[in-house]
Amino acid sequence: MVAMVNIPETAAPGEIVEVKILISHPMETGFRTGADGKLVPRNIIHDFRCLYGGTEVFRAEIFPAIAANPFLGFFLRAVETAEVELLWTDETGEEHSERRTLTVG
Amino acid sequence: MRLTRRTLVATGGTALALPFLNRAAHAQGRGRVVVVGGGFGGATAARALASLGHEVTLVERQPTYWTCPFSNTVLAGLNPIESIAFGYDGLSAAGVTVVRGEAQGIDTDASQVRLSDGSLPYDRLILAPGIDLRYDALPGYDEAASEVMPHAWKAGAQTELLRRQLEAMEDGGVVAIAVPENPFRCPPGPYERASLIAHYLKSTKPRSKVLILDAKDAFSKRPLFEEAWAALYPGLVEWVPVSMGGKVVGVDPATLTLMTDFAEHQVAVANVIPPQRAGGIADASGVADATGWCPVSPETFESALVPGIHVIGDACLAGAMPKSAFSANAQALVAAQAIDMLLRGETPGAPKLINTCYSLAAPDYAFTVAGVYQPVEGALAEVESAGGTSPVGAPPDVRATEADYARAWYATITGSVFG
Repeated sequence: MVAMVNIPETAAPGEIVEVKILISHPMETGFRTGADGKLVPRNIIHDFRCLYGGTEVFRAEIFPAIAANPFLGFFLRAVETAEVELLWTDETGEEHSERRTLTVG
Repeated sequence: MRLTRRTLVATGGTALALPFLNRAAHAQGRGRVVVVGGGFGGATAARALASLGHEVTLVERQPTYWTCPFSNTVLAGLNPIESIAFGYDGLSAAGVTVVRGEAQGIDTDASQVRLSDGSLPYDRLILAPGIDLRYDALPGYDEAASEVMPHAWKAGAQTELLRRQLEAMEDGGVVAIAVPENPFRCPPGPYERASLIAHYLKSTKPRSKVLILDAKDAFSKRPLFEEAWAALYPGLVEWVPVSMGGKVVGVDPATLTLMTDFAEHQVAVANVIPPQRAGGIADASGVADATGWCPVSPETFESALVPGIHVIGDACLAGAMPKSAFSANAQALVAAQAIDMLLRGETPGAPKLINTCYSLAAPDYAFTVAGVYQPVEGALAEVESAGGTSPVGAPPDVRATEADYARAWYATITGSVFG
């Protein structure tokens, strides 16, 4: 699963920074018919989290109405130099993550 | 012989039907029709209604019209700019009163078009204003920026500017093409442009590259374009879809930089095609809706918002029909026939319309997408199995023949509309 991530490398203390992620994922709804005429099994990303310095700061529950290749954007307050970790799970049960270090100072 | 639905369909809904229109049949039901905009749609409609015996005035602000079709061949240096320039003498000779000017507004109560120096009364009005570029839609991009990062999505000076930039570029440069979301004028146009620029670069600046930054994940004739790029320009054309971060969200003309959500691309030549809407008079006259485009009846192209005004071509919401010169020409003939019938107190029937879009990947390599459209529940829908695209994997002689067809189509449509 490929993902593109955009998190600033540095920020001033207290600065609001934007986190953007674009995940390559089919987001199969379970309602679509494949070439063989059978329903393609549902497989969506249903859980997305962001940890900042090990603390959960953002969480999203995602439903089939979200299109393929979901794009998520949200904001963090930069308080300390720490790792920003983005984690998500799809219905195959596989967990994926991307890590970036945000340097504050 | 009058223009009937059958003959219109039999001739493919193109201007080829015009010679069969009979002026003498209309002593009664002769009306005053004003057409605003002298592109493929407006010029076709004006000519058709004049040949049906109506009193037609065409309002156009420019003395010369540069066609968007084949403007990509000018960018590639295959044709001079003069080859896509047309005047309005042919329309005058065909009985159309051509007024050089700009429609300032429409007085719908008095049925008059306001010009800067007077007004034109009408029984029926056709608006064919084409597109306006939305300079408010892409941060950093405005009219001044378009002099540095040309859109070249209205042909003429912009086409020449982008051509000069391509000529001046050093070998090894990156040419970026920013493509907006649908709908926009000429859906396959950006990819034909990428192909023909690659054709120019391959022979003159082979270390260069074309980078397409796209706000979409799919495009018209994609398998055919990708086959052509692999065969003709390996490594020269890169397409970045929105799912790979291709959507341009801002530009900086000072540094020739295009920004996406995930990267910044500083390039040698930046062709920025911004989002679009119906030409200004559409908004000013109340025929455009919140989308910026104009909802119309699929039978008559009469505005769904303002009675008595018909909107054709790129400005209208024509359901499944793409915004193309071919579509505008077909819609113009349907609207002209409907107006003729309405002025004589008759009820127009349901039309069928045809569109064909040719794309050149090289001077001897072209392919097509064609569709047939008819009204279904108030909108134009594609007739299933009636259209299609050129086959993938066809041999070179098929591509070369289609390139000849493309040139023949262009000569035919420009000759019949402006000649």
